[in-house]
Amino acid sequence: MTEAVAPGALNVWGAWAGLPDALHAEWTKLRTLASTWWLLLAAAALTVVVGAAVAAAYRCSGGPVACEPAATGADPAKISLTGVYLGQVIVALLAVLAVGGEYATGMIRLTLAATPRRLTVLAAKTITVAGWALVAGLVAVAGSVLAGRLILPGRGLSAANGYVVVSLGNGPDLRAFVGSVLYLALIALLALGVTTAVRDSGAAIGLVLGLLYLFPIVAAVIPDQDLARHLQQIAPMSAGLDVQATVGVSSLPLTPWQGLGVAALWALGALLLGALVLRFRDA
Amino acid sequence: MTVMTPYRSPVSAGRDGFAQLLHAEWTKFRTVRGWIIGLVAGLVVMAGLGLFTAAGAQSSCQAQGGPSRSGAACMQPFALGSAGEPVTDSFYFVHQPLTGDGSITVAITSMTGLLPPANAQLGTVGPAGTGDTRPGLYPWAKAGIIIKSSLAEGSAYAAMMVAADHGVRMQWNYTGDTAGLPGAVGPANPRWLRLTRSGDVLTGYDSADGTHWTEVGTVTLSGLPSAVQVGLFAASPQYTKKGQAFAGTSTIGLGPTQVTAVFDHVSGGGGAWSGGYIGADNGPGYGHYHQTGGQLTVTGSGDIAPIPEGHGGPVDSAITVNEFLVGTFAGLIAFGVVAALFITAEYRRSLIRVTFAASPRRGRVLAAKAVVVAAVSFVAGAAGAAVAVLAATAIAHGRGYYIFPVSGAAEAKAIIGTGLFAAVAAALALAVGAIVRRGAAAVAIIVVAIAVPIFLAISSAVPLAAGDWLLRVTPAAGIALQQVYTQYRQVTSVIYSPLSGYYPLSAWAGFLVMCGWAAVALGVAAYLLRRRDA
Repeated sequence: MTEAVAPGALNVWGAWAGLPDALHAEWTKLRTLASTWWLLLAAAALTVVVGAAVAAAYRCSGGPVACEPAATGADPAKISLTGVYLGQVIVALLAVLAVGGEYATGMIRLTLAATPRRLTVLAAKTITVAGWALVAGLVAVAGSVLAGRLILPGRGLSAANGYVVVSLGNGPDLRAFVGSVLYLALIALLALGVTTAVRDSGAAIGLVLGLLYLFPIVAAVIPDQDLARHLQQIAPMSAGLDVQATVGVSSLPLTPWQGLGVAALWALGALLLGALVLRFRDA
Repeated sequence: MTVMTPYRSPVSAGRDGFAQLLHAEWTKFRTVRGWIIGLVAGLVVMAGLGLFTAAGAQSSCQAQGGPSRSGAACMQPFALGSAGEPVTDSFYFVHQPLTGDGSITVAITSMTGLLPPANAQLGTVGPAGTGDTRPGLYPWAKAGIIIKSSLAEGSAYAAMMVAADHGVRMQWNYTGDTAGLPGAVGPANPRWLRLTRSGDVLTGYDSADGTHWTEVGTVTLSGLPSAVQVGLFAASPQYTKKGQAFAGTSTIGLGPTQVTAVFDHVSGGGGAWSGGYIGADNGPGYGHYHQTGGQLTVTGSGDIAPIPEGHGGPVDSAITVNEFLVGTFAGLIAFGVVAALFITAEYRRSLIRVTFAASPRRGRVLAAKAVVVAAVSFVAGAAGAAVAVLAATAIAHGRGYYIFPVSGAAEAKAIIGTGLFAAVAAALALAVGAIVRRGAAAVAIIVVAIAVPIFLAISSAVPLAAGDWLLRVTPAAGIALQQVYTQYRQVTSVIYSPLSGYYPLSAWAGFLVMCGWAAVALGVAAYLLRRRDA
């Protein structure tokens, strides 16, 4: 005999019990869309190409003294990973489409009819999109690291000049790479949460990208340095990408992992907001 | 037999001109609540960030034992030129009074100078002419003749000079600069200079031999008093070195430089010469002269030039109009979203089929849509910019902050320019929406094309040169429409970077680049609209 559950009671365990099936459904939906794989390719390619282009554009002029780490302040790991600034757009786009696409076509009603526990649907989407973003991030970051390793020493950022050649064996570098992959996954979750709340792909991607790029621009332009530092501490992109720094870590507005934590809080907040809207508003 | 008259609708046929199409598209636009909200949100964020910048500015200081002060009260004093702009006016001046019309002629036969040591570090260099220096001329070291309305700092002037690496120049009232004969000066290669005054009109001439003269320029200094100062000057600016840092280039002032010029065949002004340093109030001046018959040797340091926005020193803490316009970026995303959705929503709801059934000429539909989104974005963008600039300026002034001065015309240009920037961005977003037909993809493309280049250039995430190129070739070039401050080629101690509000293209060139992108995108969109099924 199964335990009777009072109607209307919050059955947390029931929600989790349906998760594997919902996960399977979400994975099938994501996997069978051609755009999923094109976007993965695009995210990786864009990240690697931009990172390689910026690394190749780097020039240290003015003789050996001017090329010393103390004189340039150059951060090989961060330069290699510049492409994340652009790659995140594609990652966010996929997350937006994963939810927004369902609202655009009306598929969401079918999904919710099949899995009436709405939070289970959101949890399953969160896991599949995060998994996709981790894979995309891993490919993008691995390519960027390889490109940086090959290009930067030829641009004056060589071991002979006193720089660290980016490598997975080096603690801060490894933290920058792993952190960048996690950052991309968090941006995907932020976008997922925002889209679940907004329900329109176009508006959601505008909101997410505005949120990402607006803070750093305002922080760079406003004259008040204290205020700028506070903005950098609370902004999802500025704080989140602190995790990429391997030079001058002590002068960052936050420690690298704290910064990633801020990005995680944004993602969590957006998901909570999305969960509330999904739970209490008609689809 | 009855005659059957074919049925005719009693409704008279409507006109289907472009005006009707425009009206239809405008009706569609204004009746969608989300789009109006998006438009207003963009405007509010633009205006709000401007006000936030003005209201949130904090700079305070306290003199020893004095009361705490904030804003402009904290700034070091600096001179103002005749148009109210901050200027550097410090140089060694060998002068005598001149009443009424007159003229001065000299031949400069030699220019030599001193620089701080090549490996100078900040704070290790003493005053020019003392301690550890090396011979050499700063590229913009200047020596020549000048007619100046008084000995006061910032007073009106016109001058003919030789600049070490920039040949003969005629400069006036700090910002004016015209080139004359090129080439460096030397005993075998003298430069003859002449400056004549007739009323308030001053004319500069140069010559390589003292017999064949060429007019370099004529300027009118309105209100020039009858009694002025005429004489010889020498000035050599602070030695600055550009920082090498990858993320954000900076300049470091490494101490003064000096120039010594030999003036031969000095004629004009029959009185006795007296030497003195102009602008000594703003730092230690350095200079001297000696006379042997008709030959004078003058040594000096300093500069006679505008202080550009973004310059360190006394105006470092000035608030700029560009800072008030920081919200443009957010506004553009909002307008871009609305413009892209203006067409992609029609595809999503299949309204596009009704639209094309009612108006089968698809290119005209696209044109009408482009006109509507461009017009509303222009109004919203210009309104947001107007509030951001005008209200924020009033607030910052009210709080006692110094705003780097900008003419009313430049302010108006920036406001209208922001409107145009928004309008073309919206037209581009619409075209991209028509091409890709999906709202999210269109918005992502627009943000990558317009907003990300601005972000990369301003936040120093890419090298300065790469950032400049991004603002030349991408649709983000339109941001040049917001240029309000002037780049002065004769002042090299400033990095004219996008972060300081200096864009690599002129306003019109940037606008044209952006229009080019929009035109190409609209052309492709019109072609695809015709070729593809809706």
